[in-house]
Amino acid sequence: MREHDIVIIGGGPAGLAAAVSARKAGIQDILILERDHMLGGILNQCIHNGFGLHTFKEELTGPEYASRFIKMVEEEKIPYRLNTIVVDITKEKEITYINREEGLVTIKAGAVILAMGCRERPRGALNIPGYRPAGIYSAGTAQRLTNMEGFQVGKEVVILGSGDIGLIMARRMTLEGAKVKVVAELMPYSGGLKRNIVQCLDDYGIPLKLSHTVVEIHGKERVTGITIAQVDDRRKPIPGTEEYYSCDTLLLSVGLIPENELTKGTGASMSRVTSGPNVNDRLETGAEGVFACGNVLHVHDLVDFVSEEAALAGENAAHYVQKQKGGQAAEEAQSHEVPLFAENGVRYTVPQTLDVANMKDMVVVRFRVSDVFKNRSIAVYYDDQLISKRKKKVLAPGEMEQVILKKDSFSKYPDLKKITICTEGE
Amino acid sequence: MERRELICIGCPMGCPMTVEMDGTDIRVSGNTCPRGEDYAKKEVLSPTRIVTSSVKVEGGDMAMVSVKTEHDIPKGKIMDIMAEIHGAQAKAPVAIGDVVIEDCAGTGVNIVATRNVGAAV
Amino acid sequence: MSRLNYDVVVVGGGVTGCAVARELSRYELNCCLMERAEDVCSGTSKANSAIVHAGYDAVPGSLKAKFNVQGNAMMGTLSKELDFEFQRNGSMVLCFAEEDRPGLDALYDKGVANGVPDLQIISGEEARAMEPNLSDQVVAALYAPTGGIVCPFGLTIALAENACDNGVEFKLNTEVLDISAVEGGYMLKTNQGEFTARFVVNAAGVYADVFHNMVSGRKLQLIPRKGDYCLLDHEAGDHVSHTIFQLPGKYGKGVLVAPTVHGNLLLGPTAVDVEDKENTATTAQELADVIQKTAISVKNIPYNKVITSFSGLRAHETGDDFVIGEAEDAEGFFDAAGIESPGLSSAPAIGVYLAELIAKKAGAGKKDGFKSERKGIPQVSKLSFEERAALIKERPDYGTIVCRCENVSEGEIVDAIRRTLGATSLDGVKRRVRQGMGRCQAGFCTPRTMEILARELGRPMESICKNGPGSEILIGEGRTEG
Repeated sequence: MREHDIVIIGGGPAGLAAAVSARKAGIQDILILERDHMLGGILNQCIHNGFGLHTFKEELTGPEYASRFIKMVEEEKIPYRLNTIVVDITKEKEITYINREEGLVTIKAGAVILAMGCRERPRGALNIPGYRPAGIYSAGTAQRLTNMEGFQVGKEVVILGSGDIGLIMARRMTLEGAKVKVVAELMPYSGGLKRNIVQCLDDYGIPLKLSHTVVEIHGKERVTGITIAQVDDRRKPIPGTEEYYSCDTLLLSVGLIPENELTKGTGASMSRVTSGPNVNDRLETGAEGVFACGNVLHVHDLVDFVSEEAALAGENAAHYVQKQKGGQAAEEAQSHEVPLFAENGVRYTVPQTLDVANMKDMVVVRFRVSDVFKNRSIAVYYDDQLISKRKKKVLAPGEMEQVILKKDSFSKYPDLKKITICTEGE
Repeated sequence: MERRELICIGCPMGCPMTVEMDGTDIRVSGNTCPRGEDYAKKEVLSPTRIVTSSVKVEGGDMAMVSVKTEHDIPKGKIMDIMAEIHGAQAKAPVAIGDVVIEDCAGTGVNIVATRNVGAAV
Repeated sequence: MSRLNYDVVVVGGGVTGCAVARELSRYELNCCLMERAEDVCSGTSKANSAIVHAGYDAVPGSLKAKFNVQGNAMMGTLSKELDFEFQRNGSMVLCFAEEDRPGLDALYDKGVANGVPDLQIISGEEARAMEPNLSDQVVAALYAPTGGIVCPFGLTIALAENACDNGVEFKLNTEVLDISAVEGGYMLKTNQGEFTARFVVNAAGVYADVFHNMVSGRKLQLIPRKGDYCLLDHEAGDHVSHTIFQLPGKYGKGVLVAPTVHGNLLLGPTAVDVEDKENTATTAQELADVIQKTAISVKNIPYNKVITSFSGLRAHETGDDFVIGEAEDAEGFFDAAGIESPGLSSAPAIGVYLAELIAKKAGAGKKDGFKSERKGIPQVSKLSFEERAALIKERPDYGTIVCRCENVSEGEIVDAIRRTLGATSLDGVKRRVRQGMGRCQAGFCTPRTMEILARELGRPMESICKNGPGSEILIGEGRTEG
């Protein structure tokens, strides 16, 4: 069986950044497995700008951002396989993949980095009643057909869900000559970034109806119309509030789900909240030597943070491999794993545990809140001791938040049992 | 004095800002960085946007090449820019930064490629 | 008779029509099957419970009872002959209260009268031992080991392909508009012209009453009875291993919970009589009903794993039985009408029965060279790693995965398009090889599958449809001028 030090599943932004970082940390034998016919993942179809402000200090489009990392991978001569699907990963870190050139191959990895990204929630998951005609797309499918293949998917459009892809596609389809009639959002707040509401909807006079959902899809062959209705605070449609929009297309932007079907084979434990694996501060899953980063770990809003997270996973995977080989392993202290708790309006944290004895000088903890909060603080507790409190004008579920934990802050807590991150009022 | 509430689109933070205008005197509050102030001033005086789209490629290994305006353009010109983009075609190979349309819609701004497209094999 | 176009025209390419066509193809008969959709298996046969019933439910002596039990017995051999997916997973009918036990006993007695083998009444504990997620309220159950699950697309398409390979002409996109008696047979007016045939088989699903009533004075009435279903992801596929029914009530067999042969979990159907024979729209009320009622039978169903919901119509006949055989006042016109549940289970037996009847009347003998076997498309993801590696060496396109949720390769999609009665639409591909049937519901693989369809059919991308004409996926290439 062929062996590689590090095998990276996925050649999108997370996989590329992880590969570059692992190489810089000294690992020569790396292999990236990518299912599409090119590297770059979903960025290839995200032709809008707004990427890279953190990473490159300039505003790039998705393909430009991807190309910077692809260039690094190529300069570092990191091998990759395209059109290659991984069908199995075992606890022993044996990876089985398929492509047309090699057929079906099983290889063994010293460390695995999971970077498979996420998928869109389909119509079926919402149980929207009505017919099942053509003209219902997830926003990402429409984005690929429009931006990469140059086809027009619809002329009159209703969008359900105000996730970022939905907002971006509202503008994109408008620019392509379609009439976007309305964006309906089930929640009382948008799931997308505020800037996208301004520059994708407001700029073009597209109405956003909060607390609204699709209650019926009309048309048997092709969509002919959509009925939306207002929902109550239990998100149930309110009779009498129905409004009919004639249209030929319904786009769905109703959430992203990390693609972790392969992860389960590794035996890693999963988080019910993120739908990704639970990880420690090294971004290592419950399966030893298996790391995760990017949208497979938890859904991000910003690719810059994906790259940052993936670089950390790459570096840690490299250290893991070096340690296994008995090489330049750094002296490690007795580990002191402390669980992180998400409470009072904080839905989850990534990582879920922190080894305070061996952590880096600084660890970024990312999380999302469960509702829109105004003038609330994000508080950090070590056991019952308040450590920090930062006031935020607005907190929204659509926008990922972070706190930074410093290693030296733990020196006074040798018996720390838990870290809690929560929101607090005045 | 005129007052406008804006949300910064300079970066994904989306800071809510207040702009107070008194003749040529413009005061911005609520921003967290200087980019916000720049954006707010521009937005009230002469709003601009970067436009992105894609253009058909002839003889490429992909059907389309993604493009953008090299700089931001006046907001009112977006649809004129799009009309020209719709009529355009690029010839493979195309490299990032290649000019696909010069001086688009009389804005003085070029449309440039944002991805590499190789020639079809 | 030579001036007639065909000896037999079968109207309707559902499971019944295809079963009849396949059995007719054993004989020296010139047969044609007409289907209004772009593919076979596009009506009732594509949206149902995918169940092979044991046969205890129908009234003893009814046609439903007879054909169900016969069809069930045939299914195992047929699935090997025609290479479609079928499993005899056994079924249970749950009884939730002591006072309902007489109903369960009556069902057992009916089953015995119908000739259903190996029926048993088991206690709640025994049922839960076999099926740990059953509700604690279950006091007893009727266990039928011969109950099964089948892929309805696989069964119907296999029958059609085998019929076609044995000489039956298939006219797709052909809607029969009118049938009238002519000398020596019938004239069928269609959207593709007029055709004559000595015999007509009316297997038109919810429209079978319309065609019957065109030629017969003994009027039939079919009521479209709509049922909504929810389908759950593979992750929930082993929540139960048997088909779980509830004791029948006034409206059909109650709501079932069943594994599918593809490893999903299926919940449904509701039963609502509708007027419109085209009404396959799900409703919020019915979908909510499915969830509420299935929760009575089975604990902890992971409803958040629903990947799609759909609706199907059953052709309910007001006399509550199948109508099968030659219409009394219309010689040569054979009905297969009112084929609601257990229609899928009964189809193979109905096919044999009607084909024999027609062949006898026509005086047709069996033809030489009838090929009883048909090989399906290899399901590459179900093969062992070794077999899969060997196959990809032979055909590299089996190594390019297009649908990653269901692990469907380009090779399988190409096969689905190129073979006998190949797919011409996205739905056609989906029914043959499951592309797009997984948890992302074709989000990722739609563009690529459309490209393969366009390439293989030599048609532009814009002409690729979800199913029939009018369901084009794209509005056009390029842009409308805004």
